[in-house]
Amino acid sequence: MRLRSTIGYFCTALAFGLAAAPTARASVLDDVKQRGVLNCATGDAIPGFSYLNPKTSKMEGLDVDLCRATAAAVLGDPDKVHFVIVTGKSRFNTVTTGQADVGFFSTTVYPVRESAIAVDFLPINFYDAGGFMVKASTGVETVKDLAGGTICTTQGTATEVALANLFKSQNITDIKVLTFDSADKVFAALGSGRCNAMATDKTALASWRGSSPKPDDYIILREGTGKSPFAGFVVANDSKWRNLLRWTVFGLFQAEEWGITTANLDEMKKSPDPVIRKFLGVEGGMGEDFHVSNSFMADMIKAVGNYGEMYDRSLGPKTPYYIDRTGTPNASWVNGGLLYSPPWE
Amino acid sequence: MIEAKTKLWRSSLATPSVKRYVARVRYKLTHGAVVAAVIGLLILIALAIHQNLTSRGIDFSFAYLSAPSRFGISEGLAPVWTGWAPIFESVDATSSNLGMLEAGLFNTLKVALLAITFSTLVGVVLGVLRLSTNWLVRNLAFAIGEFIRNTPILIQLMFWYFAVLLQLPSSGSATKVSKWLVVEQSGVFLPLPHLSDSAGPASGFFVAVAIAFLAAACLRRFPARWRIALLGVGLCAIGASYALGFGINLDWPVLGRFGATGGLHFTPEMSAILITIIVNSAGYISEIVRGGIEGLAKGQWEAAAALGLSRGDTIRDIVLPQVFRIIIPSLTNRYISLTKDTAIGIAIGFPELFNVSGTVANQSGRDFETVIVVMTIYLLLSWLISALANFVNRRIALERA
Repeated sequence: MRLRSTIGYFCTALAFGLAAAPTARASVLDDVKQRGVLNCATGDAIPGFSYLNPKTSKMEGLDVDLCRATAAAVLGDPDKVHFVIVTGKSRFNTVTTGQADVGFFSTTVYPVRESAIAVDFLPINFYDAGGFMVKASTGVETVKDLAGGTICTTQGTATEVALANLFKSQNITDIKVLTFDSADKVFAALGSGRCNAMATDKTALASWRGSSPKPDDYIILREGTGKSPFAGFVVANDSKWRNLLRWTVFGLFQAEEWGITTANLDEMKKSPDPVIRKFLGVEGGMGEDFHVSNSFMADMIKAVGNYGEMYDRSLGPKTPYYIDRTGTPNASWVNGGLLYSPPWE
Repeated sequence: MIEAKTKLWRSSLATPSVKRYVARVRYKLTHGAVVAAVIGLLILIALAIHQNLTSRGIDFSFAYLSAPSRFGISEGLAPVWTGWAPIFESVDATSSNLGMLEAGLFNTLKVALLAITFSTLVGVVLGVLRLSTNWLVRNLAFAIGEFIRNTPILIQLMFWYFAVLLQLPSSGSATKVSKWLVVEQSGVFLPLPHLSDSAGPASGFFVAVAIAFLAAACLRRFPARWRIALLGVGLCAIGASYALGFGINLDWPVLGRFGATGGLHFTPEMSAILITIIVNSAGYISEIVRGGIEGLAKGQWEAAAALGLSRGDTIRDIVLPQVFRIIIPSLTNRYISLTKDTAIGIAIGFPELFNVSGTVANQSGRDFETVIVVMTIYLLLSWLISALANFVNRRIALERA
């Protein structure tokens, strides 16, 4: 009797074990459509990019808008998005384990992240550069001036690696790197004087400087740690999902190039240009082949506007974090920038 | 007749033994089947995880441990093996991922050992004070213990780091410097004693002799005349070693542009986590000590009073020696938890094992492997502490009748 029950347990255990073995995984796209909500990994402490504004208690920033744009394109509603707040350290796990469907979190594109961490990047949506911010009172002008001091940054970021490489290449040995788990702690430590410099992406530095009570107390050094292009990321090896999101981002660039905005969307739908008509899903459309609605681009532009509108809302002249686009890589390619969409037909 | 008797005798004895044998075999079979089932289940789970990882394009390998880490940490030494003895060296971006984890473990152990020592001292004092005859002292000790044990340790850490240590005079303002002690935001700096270069093995030998004799001179069991002689020999040995070039130099903290460097340096992160864990654990240990004292038979106090011992002497000579024997198992639990508590260092950027492992995992993309390594290390650490404590406990525990 006991033996028989043992065999029973064993069989049950075996059944559970087999059930735990994975079945063929469906695309994330199917999960999202079934769920009806997009889980988007982003942050809440990077002003201008992904920021929970304490004044309005609303999520805002370029990355947050990209999440909303994705929700609008995939589900037709920018509010059908659930923000999964991540840190520099947890962002990739959140996406590779399926807790979030896509991540937009000021994430620098570099090879290890696609080769070892197993995420696929979407098109680059912002060109940044790593930099240093110091207190004006210290009189520091170059990285070498920081000898004997402490530089603080956030953990698990590209900056951490870039700093180590910079010190190695310039043969600097007596600078210590102190890492915190979030940027607000780094800024607090810089303000209190524990850190002699804060190192992260220059735009983030500018927005921290802008949000401090006395911006003039801080200086961003001209010298930096190099290129830092941001892109969204999805789990590796899911072309169906990745392709849709890739073209969603391209669509934002293309809409800016054609001058389609939230305001003139209805007029543009009457455009004689067959490609624009198809782009907006007026005649036929491109959505069907991506397994979403044909009006996916129109829905998205109606909700968040084109890339330029998104940029102005988060980083434009009316914001405290104003970063001029003119003449930088962040301008559309028609204005000499690097934001370029392949042709839509 | 005889045959029948034998048969009867056999059946009366053999049948139960056969039954026992069958029962034993069946028990062993059952036992084996359960063990096999558990092992099989574990293998299946491992296979499932492996397949799942493969399907996500993640492979499983520990080779990354020997790859360069490509990042730096603010403090931490890792052993470099040259021959038999390890030399501890600072790690940098060229150190391997394993070296980084070792440096993290070094920091964890450093904090844990210091915290175990000092939280025991502070905790015992607090525990004794809780039974003080003075109302104010007793209730103050009670209030401190209650406050510490009823607030989250993470918040205590934030308090010590951001509200206390980072409010110290900022680095680079040279006015707060005395020669011996520099206290500023980048930490506490003390002179670091180290051997002078002229010290050779011969002088070292005399130092050892001097220490042995001076220690012997302190023992009360020797008659006074002997102890004076021992003291004399010890002083002579000191003189001899000094003559042979032995000396201790002090490495003074030097002021630079961004505050002091050199000397013995406690960073604010290390100080904050150390203070937090010492204070927090002392709160718990005081409670353990109080419980131990109250658990002691009242007769011990009365007998000591009858002998005319003062209250202080009673606590020192009668109560505490007995209490320690009772509370070692509870103290062990406390030591294990406080060692694991060091993992909160991540909140203030102190590079302990857990903190460093997160960065290693994130920069190499090897989360799963790193979690396994780190959990194994913490497990071994806890086992080591409890093994040591069990050893001590066996040596000194009261024999039970």
